Amino acid sequence: MVSPSYYLTLSAILFGLGVIGFLFKRNVITLFMSIELMLNAVNLAFVTFSRQWSELSGQVYVFFVIIVAAAEAAVGLAIIILLARNRQTLNVERINLLKL
Amino acid sequence: MTLELGLFVVLAAVAIAGAISLILARHPIRSALSLIVVMVALAGLYLLQGADFIAAVQVIVYAGAIMVLFVFVIMLLNAGEEERTSWSRMAHYAGIPLAIYLTVQFAWWVADGASALGLPTAPAESESTRRLAHLLFREFVLPFELTAILILVAILGTVVLGRRES
Repeated sequence: MVSPSYYLTLSAILFGLGVIGFLFKRNVITLFMSIELMLNAVNLAFVTFSRQWSELSGQVYVFFVIIVAAAEAAVGLAIIILLARNRQTLNVERINLLKL
Repeated sequence: MTLELGLFVVLAAVAIAGAISLILARHPIRSALSLIVVMVALAGLYLLQGADFIAAVQVIVYAGAIMVLFVFVIMLLNAGEEERTSWSRMAHYAGIPLAIYLTVQFAWWVADGASALGLPTAPAESESTRRLAHLLFREFVLPFELTAILILVAILGTVVLGRRES
């Protein structure tokens, strides 16, 4: 039996790595992948608590998170394609239309 | 007992290595492949916790559908190596250590707080998929139908965004 605190610590580490990726990467697509990494880390915490309290609704939430992530990926990647088409770059430093 | 712990250690190491490789890789395709490794390792961890259905969905939807979409877009846009841009000096010298410190501190807090949890008392669910289906289609049926609408809206949005204005 693996202690749930190990799973939660792994989840925290993966979430932190996702945040680091989001802050330091320069490619829009990689930023998006960092967000997916954070979502996955949260899912791991959900499943761990579902196992801990024998409460299956935690797994239902994971299912919903996956559905929302799929919808988000479809719309987000469409936006990225539009960005690349209109500005000819994927570098977030150059996508600064809303910056003062 | 030791087998489970060994599997956990291996899968956790693979997941963390994949996540670090996602950050360090300069080419987006390599990042995408690292993310697939992380997702498959997480599916193994779900199996280890008795969440069979979620593990299957993780591999099929996440590692399969979503990541194929990512790889497809990377290929379509012909995304090359990440451009190096100059950071401010402060970001360079303080940013990276600060980010690593905050991640370690965060993981430490979680480990500290979760150590009080103890092992789960009830045995793992033997028919978790069947119970999950009952939950999903009885108690959670309204949110489930709402996700259908959400997906429909997402499809419509994608079609509208992807259309060329003529």
